[in-house]
Amino acid sequence: MSPRLDDEDPDRLYTVTGGRSRVDAGAVDLVTLIVSESEPSTGMQSEHVRILTLCRRPTAVVEISADLGMPVSVVKILLCDLLDTGAVTARHPSVTRVSSSPGVHPSLPDPELLKQVLVGLQNL
Amino acid sequence: MDSRTSDRDVRTPLRSTAENGLKIVIVGGFGVGKTTMVRSVSEIRPLSTEETMTRAGVGIDDAAGVQDKTTTTVAFDFGRISLNDEMVLYLFGAPGQERFWFLWDQLFAGTLGAVVLVDTRRLADSWYAIDRLEHHGTPFIVARNDFGGPQHTLEQVRDALDLSPEVPLVDCDARSRDSSKAVLIALVEHLHALSSARETTP
Ligand SMILES: Nc1nc2c(ncn2[C@@H]2O[C@H](COP(=O)(O)OP(=O)(O)OP(=O)(O)O)[C@@H](O)[C@H]2O)c(=O)[nH]1
Ligand SMILES: [Mg+2]
Repeated sequence: MSPRLDDEDPDRLYTVTGGRSRVDAGAVDLVTLIVSESEPSTGMQSEHVRILTLCRRPTAVVEISADLGMPVSVVKILLCDLLDTGAVTARHPSVTRVSSSPGVHPSLPDPELLKQVLVGLQNL
Repeated sequence: MDSRTSDRDVRTPLRSTAENGLKIVIVGGFGVGKTTMVRSVSEIRPLSTEETMTRAGVGIDDAAGVQDKTTTTVAFDFGRISLNDEMVLYLFGAPGQERFWFLWDQLFAGTLGAVVLVDTRRLADSWYAIDRLEHHGTPFIVARNDFGGPQHTLEQVRDALDLSPEVPLVDCDARSRDSSKAVLIALVEHLHALSSARETTP
């Protein structure tokens, strides 16, 4: 069980992340959508409770960051625990790219995806 | 639609079917209208957050075990547009100053493309951003946000920015939803043209 957090802690961000500073940053993107798979349970640290409540509907990592008032990198660390235990799942961005050719942009989203974006924007 | 107040208090959640988050970055100098543009087209009131990153500075001294590190905190704001049941487009407003770019390179990796917002009274503010995007190979368009002031033709602006002919340059009013929407459509049309050309090239 996580120790109870002390809101008065001088280095709050250090505390909420259990002192960890590194995370597999490649795995979770700013716009990865997080979805709760279980309800908060007693004894959970308050940030985890907030994330689980917020993510009853899909919520991007960057929105969680804004809501918690914590830097994105801290949120990613908090999410690691929840992902590990299966309390949340992640829907990662999926952008198919067309292969690159020399001297031009290294990669571009494929035209079909861009068409869908275009239609979505035109329907606004 | 919801009233302003309820809009502000409770953010509309995404559809439960939402599964694919996409990114477009709006970059530009100080006060050029980035947040205004995000607000104009976003389905939520723009949110802001920050990221802190530490990078090793120049002159790392391995032998002595001393690393010269700098920590930069950057604030950015964003909004979102649900495009359909599955796709959600996030719009990020990012300050274009040189010292932030190592952060953007990481944060905005995988972005569809970028809009460089320029104010003709301060064109030099966007030189660095344009340079960087070109270098990075991130496709972009340039949008001139009209603040009144002296009239320049788009051709004059293109010259002043030393913008290559294939980069679209459009006029906009970031305060207008339709105008901001047109900017995003111009960007995605540009991306689509580039991408289609790529596909048909052997
Ligand atoms: N006249 C005019 N004013 C604008 C336009 N777009 C934005 N503004 C105003 O310009 C000011 C700055 O706009 P912001 O959207 O805050 O600019 P920003 O790029 O987000 O600024 P920073 O985040 O501080 O760098 C605000 O007072 C806006 O109302 C425009 O198209 N025309
Ligand atoms: Mg702003």
